Amino acid sequence: MNRLRIFLVILCLLPFAAFSAEPGMPLDKAPIDTSDNASLQRGAESFVSYCLTCHGASYMRYNRHRDLDLSEAEILERLIFTGQKSGDLMLTSMRKKEGEEWFGVVPPDLSVIARSHGADWLYTYLRAFYRDDSTVTGWNNLVFDKVAMPHVLHHLQGDQSINVKTVSGEEVKELQLDVPGSLSVAEYDKFVADLVNYMVYLGEPAANDRRRIGIMVMIFLFGMLGLTYALKREYWRDIH
Amino acid sequence: MSKPLNSMIGWIDKRFPLTSNWKAHLTEYYAPKNFNFWYYFGSLAMLVLVNQLLTGIFLTMSYKPDAGMAFASVEYIMRDVEFGWLIRYMHSTGASMFFVVVYLHMFRGMMYGSYQKPRELLWLVGMGIFFILMSLAFTGYILPWGQMSYWGAQVIISMFGAIPVIGDSLSYFILGDFTLSDAALNRFFAYHVVTLPVLLVTLVLVHILALHEVGSNNPDGIEIKENKDPVTKIPVDGIPFHPYYTVKDIFGVIVFLIVFCGIIFFAPEFGGYFLEHNNFIPADTLKTPDHIAPVWYFTPYYSMLRAVTVNFLWIDAKLWGVILMAAAVVIFAFLPWLDRSPVKSIRYKGPIFKFAMAMFVISFFVLGWLGMKSPTPLYTTLAQIFTVIYFAFFLLMPWYSKIDKTKPEPKRVKK
Amino acid sequence: MADTDTGSFKIEEEMNSRRRFLIAATTVAGGIASAAVATPFLLSMMPSERAKAAGAPVEVDISKLEPGILLMVEWRGKVVWILKRTSEMLATLKVLEPELADPDSEREQQPDYAKNETRSIVPEILVVEGLCTHLGCSPVYRSEIAPADLGSDWIGGFFCPCHGSKFDYAGRVYKSVPAPTNLFVPPHVYLSDTRLLIGSESKETA
Repeated sequence: MNRLRIFLVILCLLPFAAFSAEPGMPLDKAPIDTSDNASLQRGAESFVSYCLTCHGASYMRYNRHRDLDLSEAEILERLIFTGQKSGDLMLTSMRKKEGEEWFGVVPPDLSVIARSHGADWLYTYLRAFYRDDSTVTGWNNLVFDKVAMPHVLHHLQGDQSINVKTVSGEEVKELQLDVPGSLSVAEYDKFVADLVNYMVYLGEPAANDRRRIGIMVMIFLFGMLGLTYALKREYWRDIH
Repeated sequence: MSKPLNSMIGWIDKRFPLTSNWKAHLTEYYAPKNFNFWYYFGSLAMLVLVNQLLTGIFLTMSYKPDAGMAFASVEYIMRDVEFGWLIRYMHSTGASMFFVVVYLHMFRGMMYGSYQKPRELLWLVGMGIFFILMSLAFTGYILPWGQMSYWGAQVIISMFGAIPVIGDSLSYFILGDFTLSDAALNRFFAYHVVTLPVLLVTLVLVHILALHEVGSNNPDGIEIKENKDPVTKIPVDGIPFHPYYTVKDIFGVIVFLIVFCGIIFFAPEFGGYFLEHNNFIPADTLKTPDHIAPVWYFTPYYSMLRAVTVNFLWIDAKLWGVILMAAAVVIFAFLPWLDRSPVKSIRYKGPIFKFAMAMFVISFFVLGWLGMKSPTPLYTTLAQIFTVIYFAFFLLMPWYSKIDKTKPEPKRVKK
Repeated sequence: MADTDTGSFKIEEEMNSRRRFLIAATTVAGGIASAAVATPFLLSMMPSERAKAAGAPVEVDISKLEPGILLMVEWRGKVVWILKRTSEMLATLKVLEPELADPDSEREQQPDYAKNETRSIVPEILVVEGLCTHLGCSPVYRSEIAPADLGSDWIGGFFCPCHGSKFDYAGRVYKSVPAPTNLFVPPHVYLSDTRLLIGSESKETA
């Protein structure tokens, strides 16, 4: 019976082994730390100034940012520019129709974007725009070909172009910075890291609470484990 | 027990069979004393059922079954409702864990021959529970109205269209529209929160009543009722369910809760297996996700659906796929009549049966794994091979279980 | 059990006390666990963030308020009346005092700053919830004097059509009517002479 159990455990792990081997564009690892309030605050400010113009985060309320150690007054001052109330949802000022006319598609809501695409994808994507004259916007992206979104952050990052080389029969695409932006490469990476960190928080604002409560629950359950095991043994003494 | 309490119970007993039921199902229900690890999953399935009912009621308080509002209402639960995230994760994790415990519970029955005489009806009721559970999972998965909800449902509903002559009308009947839309979401919600739970709870009660009529099987697969104490008429290998198995099951519950809460609090998406990444994108009726796969518990059957690629006997491949998929589920119900072995438990069955069982388990897992992958020619061939193995386990059973060399069963249960 | 030999009796006794302790400990721990599980479920039924946002304080511009004209605003889904009272209306308050159940606003139906003769911060301006304290109907503003249905004694105020309760221009309830108490004065604050905030007592706008 023991061999059977080992066999079953191996079978159960099989899908996980397969999952990591999914093909696709290699993504850079995003340095995520949702307990870093300073980073989240910087990310939130970038988010409202750059993303919220076109994208909504329409399941999120401004006053929820008290999670990030911001007071009501700070939220009003640092995150709200359009005269909304602090209890309002973070809606975009752009109308759906305008988005369709300007970009061909309605820019997606970003509330849970980090949960559908993943932090690494966002981190790579926001750093992988390059100049491409063949597209409508003049921009293209290495991880999202023919993306409708222009490079909103190009004055920060600068202009990149793509180099396609052939290394031992395989096509390798590389980006190079032609015109530097107002931030250095390291500064821009940090900027995007903060922004993506914030979007991870935005995807599940309760995540930090969840883990904190989880630890207490686990400690309690392990206590219960000992207690119920002792109780079971005590009764089963009758049987043996 | 105190006097007032005793007299109150006496008052009730004259009007309702309280004490007699308490005895019949707990303190004087004699279960074999050799239950092992595999016997925890019945009570755990009950626990998950209660969890699903309770969290489900609270989710219903804030969820909106409206194609325009459903996705947003789930995020409303996750953000604006106090502790809504916890209730939602308890429900979504509970759905997957329901299948984990039910699959293990069924596997236990297959290993120890719990479907054999006199437990055929018990097994059939269990199969009914399994079908309803699958329907519940399907209707529940549609409710968040994400991309996977929408396209997964689209694929499943299209299967009904494969049925000749009435197919199209049938799918319109199911959807209440010519396409998957608000009308379907609304009625699937009704099935998910009223019809199916009522049926499930009823069948679970019937399952327990049937079990307590015939008595529990055990890892040795022998009937403890055949060996009773001549004086007390209690099976010599039986022990009262309460307190012995209640305290044992409580311990099992805690072990289960450690796993369950570990997932809820530290990995609620479970790497995309319990909550798929694409389901965080609202349903888009114009754009199918690059890769759609059902949730893990349906993938073995989904593989079989895709495995059929040839037309055969005037029936096209699509319909064969649907037939095969349905058969893969229904065939479990025939086990009591497929197994011709003179012994119940795998402990005393012969090498052929053990080999067949191992092949079945492997094919179930491989098909499940393949169901998550995008089909390639190699994967399709693999799926075809393992589909054949899967069915061979059942269809050849009358033959190999009869010729197999069994060991003699013991007179008393072994510890 | 007691009539077996003392040795085995003792063992049995020890086991029982251990058993009893373990049962008690498990029961207590299980009770704590049940309470801990029940808490989030019960809390989830409290007003959500959406409800709280909808119930946020309401700012009202009162610069264009005409004397004697009732302004209705919504706060937390309830109607709040704002009435700029004329000097004639204020004069009725003193006259009616003998007819009222609680003329001095002794019952806690107003914040302390509205516990005065006019039940208001600014004497002219009445801010009161327009819901009858009887069973929650919204009374009607009746400023005409001695109408046919209210009788010749009526000198203006609020009348509830559901069950006939009467209130004066300060929302104070008459004697011998179904409503038990004066109308409720919600928390409010003047941000400036013309800007009134209902639902909050602090000047910081939320």
